[in-house]
Order: sequence, then C-alpha cells, then structure tokens
Amino acid sequence: MTVVTVTDRELQPKDFASDQEVRWCPGCGDYAILKAMQKALADVGAPRERTVFVSGIGCAARFPYYVSTYGFHTIHGRAPTIATGIKLANPELDVWVVTGDGDALSIGGNHLLHVLRRNVDLQLVLFNNEIYGLTKGQYSPTSRKGTRSPSTPLGSVENPISACQVALGAGARFVARSVDTLMAHLVGVLGRAHEHRGASFVEVFQNCVVFNDGVFDNFTAKEIAPEAQLHLQHGQPLVFGRTREKALRLVPGKLELEVVPATAGDVLVHDERNRALAQLLASLEPPEFPVALGVLYCNPAPAFEGEVYAQARAAGLGTASASLDGLLRGGQTWTVS
Amino acid sequence: MATSTPPRPSRTREAVESVVIRFAGDSGDGMQVTGSQFTVETALAGNDLATFPDFPAEIRAPAGTTFGVSAFQIRFGAADVLTAGDAMDVLVAMNPAALKVELRDLKPSATIVVDTGAFTERNLAKAGFAANPLQDGSLAKYRLLPFDITKLTADAVKTFGLGTKEAHRCRNMWALGLMLWMYGRERAATVEWLQKKFAKRPDIAAANVAALNAGHAFGETAEMAEHVVGYTVAPAHFTPGVYRTVSGTEALAWGLIAGMRAAGLSRMIFSGYPITPASALLHTLANLKAFGVLTFQAEDEIAAIGAAIGAAYAGALGVTSSSGPGIALKTEMLGLAIATELPIVLVDSQRAGPSTGMPTKTEQSDLFQAVLGRNADSPLAVIAPCTAGDCFPIGVEAVRLATKYMTPVIVMSDTYLAHAAEPWRIPEERDLPRFPVRFRTDPAGFQPFQRDPDTLSRPWALPGTPGLEHRIGGIEKDFDTGHISYDPANHHRMTQTRAAKIAGIARDIPPQDVALGEPLGKLAVVGWGSTFGAIHEAVRRSRGEGLEVSHIHVRYLSPFPANLGDLLRRFERVLVPELNNGQLVQLLRAAYLIDAQGFNKISGKPFHVAELAAAIREHAGRDS
Repeated sequence: MTVVTVTDRELQPKDFASDQEVRWCPGCGDYAILKAMQKALADVGAPRERTVFVSGIGCAARFPYYVSTYGFHTIHGRAPTIATGIKLANPELDVWVVTGDGDALSIGGNHLLHVLRRNVDLQLVLFNNEIYGLTKGQYSPTSRKGTRSPSTPLGSVENPISACQVALGAGARFVARSVDTLMAHLVGVLGRAHEHRGASFVEVFQNCVVFNDGVFDNFTAKEIAPEAQLHLQHGQPLVFGRTREKALRLVPGKLELEVVPATAGDVLVHDERNRALAQLLASLEPPEFPVALGVLYCNPAPAFEGEVYAQARAAGLGTASASLDGLLRGGQTWTVS
Repeated sequence: MATSTPPRPSRTREAVESVVIRFAGDSGDGMQVTGSQFTVETALAGNDLATFPDFPAEIRAPAGTTFGVSAFQIRFGAADVLTAGDAMDVLVAMNPAALKVELRDLKPSATIVVDTGAFTERNLAKAGFAANPLQDGSLAKYRLLPFDITKLTADAVKTFGLGTKEAHRCRNMWALGLMLWMYGRERAATVEWLQKKFAKRPDIAAANVAALNAGHAFGETAEMAEHVVGYTVAPAHFTPGVYRTVSGTEALAWGLIAGMRAAGLSRMIFSGYPITPASALLHTLANLKAFGVLTFQAEDEIAAIGAAIGAAYAGALGVTSSSGPGIALKTEMLGLAIATELPIVLVDSQRAGPSTGMPTKTEQSDLFQAVLGRNADSPLAVIAPCTAGDCFPIGVEAVRLATKYMTPVIVMSDTYLAHAAEPWRIPEERDLPRFPVRFRTDPAGFQPFQRDPDTLSRPWALPGTPGLEHRIGGIEKDFDTGHISYDPANHHRMTQTRAAKIAGIARDIPPQDVALGEPLGKLAVVGWGSTFGAIHEAVRRSRGEGLEVSHIHVRYLSPFPANLGDLLRRFERVLVPELNNGQLVQLLRAAYLIDAQGFNKISGKPFHVAELAAAIREHAGRDS
C-alpha cells in the first residue's frame, strides 16, 4: 500500500482519492457524488487519519474503497450500528455513513430511525436512486407506485417512502437534500452536514443509468429544473422559477402550501429551525410543486456520545481510584485464615 | 435434641452435614431476595453453598396460581458443595400454589414450613387442591410446621402504621428470620441491607426488620412447637483468602473488566438488547462506568453486535451479549467480525428453546449455534465457564483470545450460571495475567491483513493513526495486499488461513485436565458449562461406590484442547451428559471418531446428582 503523508500543504480533492480503481457503471451518478465528497472533504480540511467512511451493502456502499481515509464496508443496512460503536469508542473520529435507499430504508430502516433519534454525531448520506442496482434492478422502498422491475413485472403496488420525511419523523436535527448532478450545490450541502454537530441526514437523488435511468428527469432535466426545483436558503423567501417569479405560501387558514406569484403577499421565508415547515417542504412533489433542495432543517441539539460521556464522567468514568481490587471487594466479604 | 423446659435461650441444636432449603411463594412474595439474604448470611457463617433461583417468565402472574410460583433453592454445608441439591430438606411455602408445585422435589422426611394464613379456600382452589392438604393427612410423611405467618407478621409490624398490603409484604422477612434462627445464622447483614434498600422509607425498613426479628424470636422462644429444633452446620474448609458470594453474572462482568485491564485497554463498549436471561449482564455493567465501561442499549440484537464491532474497530473492547434467539439475529454480524478479523466478545446466556421456548429456564442447547451456526466456513473461538466463580477467569480469557487472535470469542453461559451464586475466593489484581495489546502505528510496510507468523492474526490498526488509512469489509481480501479480491485460489487460501488461525489457539490454551479421577480407565464422563457441579458430585459418589470413572470438563469448545482426543481414547467408554438433545457428544464423535454416548435432559432444569449417578452406574457397569 502506498503511504502518502501530506503535512506541508492543504489537502486537495485528489488527495482524498484512494489507490483503488472505481468500479461503478459508466455514467453512474455515484461518480459525481464521489467527486463532490472529495471536494467537500478538501474544503472542510478533513484530516484523513481521523475520517472514517462506513457503509452497508449496495452500489453506494462501495464508496469507502474509493476514499483515502479509513473505511469500513459492513453488511446490509447495518452501517449506522457500526458507526455508533465507532463514535462511542472514539468520539474524536469524524464519521460518514454512506447508504442507499434499500440499505437505509428497507433492510436497515430500524437503524436509520435510531441513529437519527439518538443524534449520534455523524453524517449520513443516502444515495437515493429508487431502485436496487447491485441485485439487478428490483423496485426499492422509494420506487414510485407502478414501477416495473424484475420482481414487479406488472408494476409495484406499494407506496414509496419519503426519506426526508422519515428522517424528520425520527427526530433528525439536520435534514438536507441535493442532486448528484448539482456539483456545487452538493458540495455545499455536504459541507453544511459536516459542520452540523449531531446526526446530519443528507438525501442525494442519484441517477442509476442501468436500471432506473432518468427517473428524476421530472425535476432535474435542464429545461424544467428552474420550475421544478426550490433551492432553500435560510432567511430567504421560498421563491423559484426561471425568473424567480413563483413563490410558496400557506393556504390561508390551512397547514398546506400553495404556489403563488412571487409578488403576492405572505410569501414564506425559509426557517431552518422550523420542523413543521421542513415536513411540508419535504413532502413537496412535482408536477404540482417544486422539489425542495438544500437544508430543510437544521436545529442542533447535544450529540449522543457527548451526553453518554458527560454522564459517564460524572459517574467517575476512568477515575484512577477505580481499582479492580476495590470492585471485587465491594460488598460483604469474609476472611478464611 | 431439643429440651422442653421453657425458657430456652440456648436450646441444644442438632448438627447436620448439609441442608437444602427452598423458599417458594408467589412471584410478588419476594422469594428471590429472601433466598439471596439467606445466602449472604450463610456465606458469612462460613459454609460452602450453591444456589438455584427458579422463577417464572411472567413478572406478576395472577396471585396464587401455580405458574406464578417463584422459588429460590440453597444448599449449604461443611463439605464441598457443588450443586444446589437434588431434593429439599426444608420447604418454605408461602401459599398453597408453592406447596403444590414444590412437593415433588421433597425428601421423604422433609420439613415443610407453611403460612396457614395463606391457605384460604380461594387460594386452595387456585392452586388446584380439592381438600386442604394441611388437614387431610396427605402430608403425614413430612414434618409439617404450620404457622400463621400472615398474622404473626401483621402483629409484629402493627406499630409502624403500614397499610395491610405493605404489612403483608413483610411476611418473607418473618420467614427468613425463622430460617436464620433454625440454622443459627446472624441477621446483621440483612438488617443492614434492609436499611439501605428502604433508606427513603424508614418505616418500611423498620417494619421489615421487626418482622425478621419476630420470625427469629419465634424460633428462639417457647412459642415454637416442641418437635422443632435448631441445627448447626459446621463451617466448610476453604483455602485461606478473602471470600465473597458471587453470581455468574457478576463474575463475568468483573472478569471482562479484568480482561480489559490485562489487555491494557482503557474502554469497554458493552452493547446489548434486553432479553431474558442475558439482560442481567447489561444491568451489572451499566453501574461500572468508573472502570472504563460504557454500556449501550441498542435498538435490536443486530445493532448491539454492530456497535461492539464498531467499538472494536476503533480500539475499544467490544462486548455484546444475548440469549439463543438474539444470538441467532447476531449471526451475520459474527460473520463480518470473522471476515474483518476484529476482536469482540459475545456472551450467550443460553435458555430453553427453540424460538421463545422457556425463557427463564436453563439449557445448553446453543452449542451447535455457537460453534457451527453461521453461513460459510466461519470459525471462531468458543469457551464456557463451569461455575459461577469460573465466569471470572473465563471473562479474562475471552478478552485474551479475542485480542491476541483478532477474532470474535463466544462465551457460553446459561440461565443457571447467570443467577447461581457460590462463595468465591477473590483474586488479587496483581496475580492476574497480563497480555497488553499492541496497536499498529508504523506505516512502513503496513497492510491490514498482514499476519503475525505465530498467531496468524492481523494487526489492530485504529482509525486516528496517521499513515495507516485503509479500508476493510466483508468482501474477501487479497492475502498479500488486503485489497478486495475475487481470485479463486486466494479465497481458498484465505478460508484455510482463517481456519488455521482459530485451530492454532489449541496450542495456546491449557491441555485438557481431568477434574476428578485417573486420566484413563473404564468411563470418562465429559461435560461442559454449568453442569460441572452435578457431574462432579455424581462422579465422586460413583467413585465412592467403587466405580472406575473420571470427570472431564471441557472449558474450550472451539478449538478443543490439543490433547482432548488422546485423553478420551484412553477410556473404554465416554459418557457425555448435557442439558440438550446431544450436541457436545456429536462434536466429539465428529472430531475424534470415538463412540461417545449422550445422556440428555431437556426439562429446563439442571441435572440431579442422583440421575447422573444412575447413568454412570449403567455405563460404568456395562462391559464394553
């Protein structure tokens, strides 16, 4: 293994590439996400030796092999559990979990809920391509109703799950969204996720060129993107459209959004700390509404491992006086001579 | 014998060698704490002892029913006590249901103490008695001591102004007081314990102490019937040292901590998911943070082992624990730990199965699961403590093997060991082994799966170490570079290397010893795990009868000690008693091509010495 220690200069995106050949399908959205991640890591100045990528199983889960940091490719759906153990053992490590829609929302659904509600200080990036790629194209929990696949030749009859709504429902304190093809946007979102203390949840819409090509065209295609994407900025009005001519506001008297001209009164202003607004934004779907991208929710709270250690230290964690002899002789003893 | 002249402040006591007492009542009657306190006082009196708590799965079954009976058995004596005893000398039955359930395990001339206050028509009916057994003569062969403990307790505590319910709850202390008197035990430790336990309710503490004292005084004064005598049990002969009573759960928790310290690790991450009977270990360790332990209650069994693996990857001692069904859920993760060669300890507190089975009852039926129960060729180390006290060195050994060989290690405990208590000579930390781990820090020539030529284990390289950045995972790795590899010959080589690594542990563990008897002869009785005491006593008894029989107890189940096959071949016959339908016997037959025979009991209860002795007579007496 080649060892490159870079100490005399800031790390560049290419310094975060491992020596392994990347083996995703040509044209896969994962390449763009990898590139964005390498740039984000360089931007935030992540020390390679303290950065750990943990993944489960699936196409996305190969990610750690291609980053020059520490990496652990685990088993299907369970990356959050291993990441939690890593953070408990060494809270100083900077942990990223890379997962997919099947990995995080089907087989690993339980762990996603709990890593978010516990607020473990890590970044969880979910590559959502609405399909099982590595197993050759079966419908996934995010596939839209009617999706035809080898296991649903007549079309899926199941309702899809919304990743961001699940994350918010689980109590995530940071929920954001981006798209594989929006490089600058994605780099920014990943940077924000990294900056946030506690569990950061990022959903990235990722195109699977082989099994689900173009599934996000209804809001990512160049010609309609301005009309179909709402780019969120904290403190800024919720406006979109080619000339930013459209806006969102609450239907008077209802907890429901409607599209109005940007010139209308009562246009909503994005507030990252408003969970109810984040839920509404997460639920927006084309064609009636644009897809909300950027940071939907950011409202930090103490991280899990910090609370665990604070409590344990108060209870004497690792105090020098804790001798084993004292432990074994605690309670009632008697001496036989 | 007792004299009849009152008052009798120091009545003559009858000396006995050993006694089996069983406290039985409703699961809400406090029988477990009664038994535990009797155990403490007995230990302080210097007797050897063994205990067996036996409680229902229901937390509060309907009062008065037979399935709600909770019991605690203790055997104590002057000589080597290795089991809680086959049959009772004394039964303390707090209600008709307890009497009904426990009658079958009484010695013919046993003493039965009953609370007549609880023998109401309603309770008799609930227990399924057509007639009151206290009056219909059906207990004539026993020595029946019927006292209205309910009323005597109420009288004793009435000055404290408790409600009827709270006063009623002191009955167990009255019964305890009587039994402490009967066997000449002190009460001071129990009084201290009551005052601590009810520190926030001094009235309840005082009432319980009053009930305890009243029960004791009842025995001491003329109130007792003439035929009731006190007994003395001479102290046992112990090796000099400082002693305490210890349960398997406590000893294992402390052993794991001792192992962590011996390995030079500063942190244990113990993660578990609630399951009977394994949760006790989680509860015990949750209170030991000062010793570097962080406990984590995970969202499920898989997450629990996942966190342990993550912790091991980051340089802590990763430990997880469960019982049979939970171990099944952890199986895929064990495979990951085997493939990535990370050190974790998994404790299996076995219970009766399959599926939910009988969660509070003991069994040894997870041996196949531990040794063989994974997809693919996936060997790991399996060890088993044989007594409550042995859980301590086994805990230390589990950490040694895990860290030295970079492998998961399964520790096979069970319901019986988890709860059973015995006197234990406390070791000194300075006498414990030292096996400091060496984390890899040198980047020069580093490869994550580069093996130590002796142990075949890979380096433990922690995230956070500059220059060692690397990727591991469940995919097969190249032997030389550690990178992903699908090469056919490489997979063959890696599979055999993983097997050789575990097999090599046999060179690093003590040779199999013979617990009792000669290292050759007519019959070897081979056990493993919590059956040690019963087998040992049965072999001792059989040898006393002149039978040529030896006891061999296997603590290392994967790999077996290197000499085990040769040792077993020196016996004409091999008998393998197990609390399952025959698992070790199969492993021994497969490993050594010997005609080992099983003796199996699958009732959720430990072996009785008598049934083992009968099986030994049958096998040792037979010509081969």
